[in-house]
Amino acid sequence: MRLRIIFSKTDAMRYTSHLDLQRTWERTLRRARLPLAYSQGFNPHPKINLGAALPLGFTSQGEIIEVWLEEQVPLGEIEASLTPVLPPGLNVHDIRESEIRSPKIQTLIQSTQYSAKLLEPIPDLEARVGDLLSQSSLVRERRGKEYDLRPLILALSNEGERHLHMHLSALPGATGRPDEVLLALGIDPHDAHIQRSKIILKDE
Amino acid sequence: MTPAGRYAKARFLIPVSGLLAFFIATEMLQFIVQIWYNRPAMLTPQQIQAKLERVLPTVQKPGRYTGGELNQVVKDWDTVKTRIALVFPDIYDLGMSNLGLAILYDLLNQRDDVLAERAYAPWTDMEAVMRRDDIPLYSLETKHPLADFDVIGISLPYETIYTSTLNVLDLSGIPLFSAERGPGHPLVIAGGHSTFNPEPMHAFIDAFVIGEGEGAIQEIVDTFQTFKRGAGSGERGALLRELSMIWGVYVPSLYEAKYHEDGTFASIEKLVDDAPLPIDKRIEPKLPPPTTRFIVPYVDTVHNRAPIEIMRGCTRGCRFCHAGMVTRPVRERSVDEVIQAIEETIRHTGFEEIGLLSLSSSDYTHAVELVEAVQEKYRDEHLSISLPSLRIESVSVDLMDALKGGRKGGFTLAPEAATERMRQIINKPVSTELLLETAREIYSRGWTTIKLYFMIGHPSETIEDVQAIADLCKAVLKEGRKVIGGRAKVNAGVSTFVPKPHTPFQWVACDSIEQIKAKQALLKEALRGRGLKLNWNDPRETQLEAWLSRGDRRLAEVVYQAWRNGAKFDAWGEHFNYKTWLEAFEVVGLDPEFYTHRQRPLDEIFPWEHLSTTVRKKFLTQDYLWSLEGRIRIDCREQCFACGILPTFADIRSEHPGEGWKCPEAG
Repeated sequence: MRLRIIFSKTDAMRYTSHLDLQRTWERTLRRARLPLAYSQGFNPHPKINLGAALPLGFTSQGEIIEVWLEEQVPLGEIEASLTPVLPPGLNVHDIRESEIRSPKIQTLIQSTQYSAKLLEPIPDLEARVGDLLSQSSLVRERRGKEYDLRPLILALSNEGERHLHMHLSALPGATGRPDEVLLALGIDPHDAHIQRSKIILKDE
Repeated sequence: MTPAGRYAKARFLIPVSGLLAFFIATEMLQFIVQIWYNRPAMLTPQQIQAKLERVLPTVQKPGRYTGGELNQVVKDWDTVKTRIALVFPDIYDLGMSNLGLAILYDLLNQRDDVLAERAYAPWTDMEAVMRRDDIPLYSLETKHPLADFDVIGISLPYETIYTSTLNVLDLSGIPLFSAERGPGHPLVIAGGHSTFNPEPMHAFIDAFVIGEGEGAIQEIVDTFQTFKRGAGSGERGALLRELSMIWGVYVPSLYEAKYHEDGTFASIEKLVDDAPLPIDKRIEPKLPPPTTRFIVPYVDTVHNRAPIEIMRGCTRGCRFCHAGMVTRPVRERSVDEVIQAIEETIRHTGFEEIGLLSLSSSDYTHAVELVEAVQEKYRDEHLSISLPSLRIESVSVDLMDALKGGRKGGFTLAPEAATERMRQIINKPVSTELLLETAREIYSRGWTTIKLYFMIGHPSETIEDVQAIADLCKAVLKEGRKVIGGRAKVNAGVSTFVPKPHTPFQWVACDSIEQIKAKQALLKEALRGRGLKLNWNDPRETQLEAWLSRGDRRLAEVVYQAWRNGAKFDAWGEHFNYKTWLEAFEVVGLDPEFYTHRQRPLDEIFPWEHLSTTVRKKFLTQDYLWSLEGRIRIDCREQCFACGILPTFADIRSEHPGEGWKCPEAG
């Protein structure tokens, strides 16, 4: 049985890396005593697949994990055994069964939505957003490589002087990073609390 | 001071009726206390949290500093009587694996009138940020400054953690010296294996727990609470005298050390009449139920697994082994209790690995039965069970095989010495023939790597004994090649022996840096080539451990000077600074070699003798003399050698007859 679980990652959990989050999920599923499927071989690993890595420090309301179980379990039962054993900072929003042969979610990811809450208000935030959106290209450098950020920004808006919403492309080789958008707006990403709101998949 | 902080400090004071009067009184007293002790105003948890929001994204591995993990216990700060911070003075990654603190955390938080929270040393990047932004060391659970707690309980498992301990106190804004603390400061206590000789830390710790902490911590809390309610509650000295009455508690300020003109230790003198002398170590007559609700870290830690202690103590009597001498008598848990603990641990934590801990797993009476039961119950659960410290014999291979653990990490054997002569001196008799036979068995059952642990620097070791280490590693590799060909590997871990207090080798000199270097050079030269790997310790780090292990009270000043000149994280190779320590010795006017390279005469009085492990000096002396003759002392489960445990604890023993306690039944 293959599951797709949508969950939030908040509080202290936001400082848990991709690898550590994987382990946290494994332990959570073990506490729930669900019949987790394992890979074959000398050192079997649980068959779980975390959708998209979330940079350290970001929170999220819409992370995705895939889990394979050895046998069919009613969804209600899965939720009932999982909910009481979730660690602080993880909350399950949705559990659904997915087609056993469907492609891995990594290949389905289209785009991601983020919101950023600024620790200090920026009076001309609206003007900065308008200015950025009016540009046709935003050449930036990341890890020694030049790239154009502008086409990766599918949407960007502000809400007052402290909130930003963005919708960024997340295709292989064309992934927009919210911290890069903040830098392009002249905002230090450390002065903002960034939250992923949703991962948008091709099959949805 | 914040309202919460004020309340925290005020709760010891005389009851005041009326809220206004209460606040005026506490405000004034707080003011006086602050002026008196020159304490900086502490931040509130909310202020600390707000500062952390900004700085955590800028440091490495911020998950070390957030708390909030599964199974942490958060209680209402204002409704408990006593607040205790449990501190491991090294980073989170190490401290989270400390079983002692996990046990105390669990026990203390089971009490309704107590809360226990955790704190660890911040890594250097975080420390710089904390000092820059005036963030005091805080507890992970509620972000209270450590200085707001009633009691700070520090774990001191090894000597190279001492300077970091001072650093932790400094980051907390707590005076480093016990003598400088007043009624507004927390009580600072410490326990752990290195406190069997706590003297180099005597100036910084108000009270030490010598031995096992489970029962002692409860009595310390009870005494603390009674005292705070009673008359004279402001007087710290009276509290300390009260604490010294508890079995296993050592209050160093109640004693004074005297030295001979040549610098050797003369005696310890009581400063108050009723101070106990000697101070007997504390033991648990029966091992209490094991802790199973471990905090599950969000970030990777050193031993990221659940530890379950199956046995405490060891009857083998290896002469170099501090743990084997100080943790007597042997007490075991039943198979049922261990299985139940595994079951609860999985349910509470979901850990995929459980470590069944003891000093010598093969000696656990029901080892085979336990492994079979675990195998039967968890065959399909993908649970990995580790059983460290197995003896060199084929049964060990059977045990590991039955546990079906991964073969990746290799199979560990610890012969400790490579010649039979040397193994007789250290009382770890195992024949080379049996070792090779066991190695053959290990390789043939699917392991490709054998880890062999040795020590160099044993008393009377010659260069031939060191050469034999290399030869033995090669002989083991040769066995492996016969079985699995070129895939066979041997990893040799060669550490350097440090003579420890309370052991039969407490009299001996340790090797000089030059001797150690020569021995290591030989091994590096000889253990080259395919399938061979060698690990060794920096001999200068070994010196530090050696100075402090058998140190006296005068070393407290050296520890302080070293810390002042920047020493911290001495256990981390990249941070250890040998020069800083040598300079500290020089400033204080002590010769480091006095502590390391001096063969003590048999009648020398040691600065740790007033702290009694209850293993008698007469026994240790005899065992040392036996070692000089190469005479073996067999496992004392088979025959009692009157080490001192049974006579001291005769009453406890007779109250707890039967299976658990492994000394032979008394008369």
